[in-house]
Amino acid sequence: MSEPALSPDERGPIVRDSLGVGIATGLYGTSFGAVSVASGLDVAQTCALSLLVFTGASQFALVGVLGAGGSAVSAVLTAALLGTRNTLYGLRLAPLLAWRGARRLGAAHLVIDESTAMAVTRGSTAAARTGFTWTGVSVFVLWNLFTLLGAIGGTVLGDPRTYGLDAAVGAAFLALLWPRLREPGGLALALAAAAVALLVVPLAPAGVPVLAAGGTALLVGLLARDRSRPGGTA
Amino acid sequence: MSTWWAVLAAGLACYALKLAGLSVPHRVLERPAVRAVADRLPVALLAGLVAVQVLGNDQDLVLDARAAGLGAAVVLLLLRAPFLVVVVGAALTAALLRL
Repeated sequence: MSEPALSPDERGPIVRDSLGVGIATGLYGTSFGAVSVASGLDVAQTCALSLLVFTGASQFALVGVLGAGGSAVSAVLTAALLGTRNTLYGLRLAPLLAWRGARRLGAAHLVIDESTAMAVTRGSTAAARTGFTWTGVSVFVLWNLFTLLGAIGGTVLGDPRTYGLDAAVGAAFLALLWPRLREPGGLALALAAAAVALLVVPLAPAGVPVLAAGGTALLVGLLARDRSRPGGTA
Repeated sequence: MSTWWAVLAAGLACYALKLAGLSVPHRVLERPAVRAVADRLPVALLAGLVAVQVLGNDQDLVLDARAAGLGAAVVLLLLRAPFLVVVVGAALTAALLRL
């Protein structure tokens, strides 16, 4: 690694921004913890999810499907399908971070929306590594801490419906979806997928409607590719 | 017990997907068809989750306080409220309606 080290002037702002993102993101681990125990998981399972899965949308999806009475298989499948976007992030990060061996194995666990966003805009490997690592580690530590607090809080509160926690789950998914609705075709795709899911609800066991909604992406994605080949985006 | 299996399997699957991105040669996953679908997958899955979570009740569709909670979430998102405020606002709305 002959890459020149960052000067303190370059490093400081990156670290500060990264910690800010870490704190903001970590805080909403509270809502995951509370929603997870409201969905029927215990505190240990909830904390294990944040430690091992460590990618918010997949975690919310897993407890959402299990809480609705879906099978473990459909819950894992939905979580994994949502996790595929981290694969795309990794593709963009790999040449920037240029890590191999054990460091790559460790870094992989930290590949999430926030750490990617704080790394891909940097001009050098040293800066990208600084943004990625500080964001990834601070989100990891705080997300897990606040998951534990939310889970304990949710357990103490009792019946989640009294506090509207069942309504919080849908709101969490919508908030995660929201930025994507402004993209071209985003809103139409979301409405179509929601309609497909609702049509399937009376016909299939819990968990399947969400996977059917995912099928909409397959259909629309392949059709869009045939109509206009966008070519290289970056 | 099956919940623990789901937790462990999801952990393994999500880690493998992250590692694949950092390790697999670009050509494999940069095909236009794969990209076109992968880019859209989160939108479709999250929309499906919103719909089922808010209107689903086992095999039935019902309109209850959760829908009002989602309405509150939409308003808060339009006002650019942060994630936690959106989630808590939706919960409060539903809770107040159930009093």
